[in-house]
Amino acid sequence: MARGSAARVVTANALIEGDVVWLTAEGRWTRDLRQAQVFSDDESASAALAAAEARSGEVVGCYLANVRPTPNGPEPEHFREDFRRRGPSNYFHGKQAEA
Amino acid sequence: MYHYDDFDRAFLAERNRQFRAQVARRIDGSLTEEEFRPLRLMNGLYLQLHAYMLRVAIPYGTLNPDQLRKLADIAERWDKGYGHFTTRQNIQFNWPRLADVPDMLDALAEVGLHAIQTSGNTIRNVTSDHFAGAAADEIADPRPWAELIRQWSTDHPEFQFLPRKFKIAVTGSPRDRTVTRAHDIGLRMVRQQGRQGFEVIVGGGLGRTPMIGKVVRDFLPVEDLLPYLEAIVSTYNLLGRRDNKYKARIKITVHEHGLDRVRELVEARFAEIGPLFDKAATAAQLGRIAAMFRRPPLQARPAAPYHAARTADAVFRAWSDTNLHPHRAADHAIVTISLKAHGATPGDATSDQMRLVADLAEAHGHGEIRVSHEQNLVLPHVALADLPAVHAALRAAGLATANAGLISDIIACPGMDYCALATARSIPVAQDIALRFEELRLEHDIGPLKIKISGCINACGHHHVGHIGILGLDRAGVENYQITLGGDGTETATLGERTGPGFAHDQIVPAIERILQTYLKLRNDRSETFLQAYRRLGLAPFRAALYQEDRADAA
Repeated sequence: MARGSAARVVTANALIEGDVVWLTAEGRWTRDLRQAQVFSDDESASAALAAAEARSGEVVGCYLANVRPTPNGPEPEHFREDFRRRGPSNYFHGKQAEA
Repeated sequence: MYHYDDFDRAFLAERNRQFRAQVARRIDGSLTEEEFRPLRLMNGLYLQLHAYMLRVAIPYGTLNPDQLRKLADIAERWDKGYGHFTTRQNIQFNWPRLADVPDMLDALAEVGLHAIQTSGNTIRNVTSDHFAGAAADEIADPRPWAELIRQWSTDHPEFQFLPRKFKIAVTGSPRDRTVTRAHDIGLRMVRQQGRQGFEVIVGGGLGRTPMIGKVVRDFLPVEDLLPYLEAIVSTYNLLGRRDNKYKARIKITVHEHGLDRVRELVEARFAEIGPLFDKAATAAQLGRIAAMFRRPPLQARPAAPYHAARTADAVFRAWSDTNLHPHRAADHAIVTISLKAHGATPGDATSDQMRLVADLAEAHGHGEIRVSHEQNLVLPHVALADLPAVHAALRAAGLATANAGLISDIIACPGMDYCALATARSIPVAQDIALRFEELRLEHDIGPLKIKISGCINACGHHHVGHIGILGLDRAGVENYQITLGGDGTETATLGERTGPGFAHDQIVPAIERILQTYLKLRNDRSETFLQAYRRLGLAPFRAALYQEDRADAA
């Protein structure tokens, strides 16, 4: 999903709830994309991903997702990541209902 | 319908106990995700876009009221108060927590349901005709055979790690309502010189490389069914490719080796293992199963209240025009309960709706409920006299949409609203098409039409066999929808033809509208369906209608 040296975040699904989480600068998992740490170089992004993958007791399926940094925090580049941030479009369920 | 015996109950309890322990070991860190993943998949548990998803098998689409009520309770207690019925006669719960799944499976076991082999490279839930045992056009009820296949395939030690998933469908009617020709194995009941047997179709499938199945045996005596199935799957298990996931289904095996070679290997294997099967034991078990599928005792009932309601109530008349199918008893009908209210998510039912359907089945339907691969529910045995009451109750629950087989009766996979594999959304496209044609008041004028939508190339929405098929793709980071026309999932199975370049999300509904305006303009008369008109006219006029505006814009 992530290519080149674009801005990226580490994302995954939580082990128990299965919902979408992102990695913060403090090394916590957040449910709010705006709190995610943005990595702008390959080396730090890869290192953060490797460290996140080792936390298999907390999360499943870690990967790097491209984002666009804005003054309000990172915005998803791809529509899939936008849906993951929001929830399904047919019901007001998931993240959009929890915000 | 089939009732679990002590063996079934003990097997399921043990399997659920094992999975409970596996979940506990995953949560306490003893199992990694890599170790846990194949275990959860064998028990129907996926990790999707926003949450886990539990896929529960509804074998050959048959449910009793207690089972449907249990599904309602599970949806309410551990999910968000609804379930999603799928194109393979399963139900999916979209929001379970990992830690709750063992309790959900135990709850399912209380009513003889499970999620075993609803995922993974195994023989999946056996599907069948949702009108089985009731349709006037049927040779025999295929469900005893389907149950026999379920028992044979469940936890079959040789077939837990096939090259790829394996889907079997069985029909007892010459009118194919189970898409047998798009299954790894399709079984069509046939009669030859007074004997009952199966036409065995192999190597069908949709997905990335759609193929119509081929007849590997035109008449298989019924008593040879299990050894012959075992011979096919066993041949595939050795011959099927494991080097490339996209070439691993049996349709590719048949394509690469040729039907004759596959038949030769299957027949050789059949000759080898056939004698090892205990035919007497199988026949005894089949007899035991068949006794549980005896037709309910239908009482002769006057049809007068039905005809009176049709005269008096236009809404009832419209519903009975579209949502009833001929029953083998003339004073009864098969009722399709549409889960396709205009603007609703195809295949979704709330817990309250499930409970109502369970109550109606008990009161008026001999306790039988079916789930169709077209994502509707069915009451297979309702007296015509009871239809006004059934309709009134359904209507009050938002379940009386008069659209079975019409444009808004759309099959749609969950798409990117839920599925981790999807490349685009399906559900909103289905919702928008249904609402648009409702607004245009064209649904009944257009008549029989099957629109099928998939949110990725894996084709869970069967788009290749839709009269109009829609495939959602990701084109350079934007949702894009390709259209196929002329597909057919019945006994005259055909793959649809692609019209050309795809359409953006906000252009797909206008595109469908152009196709149907063209049909309305060019059909001979109202009796010529869309599919018939397409077969007569070919792709050209529809393609012209689809792309002329684009060309005008570009000019």
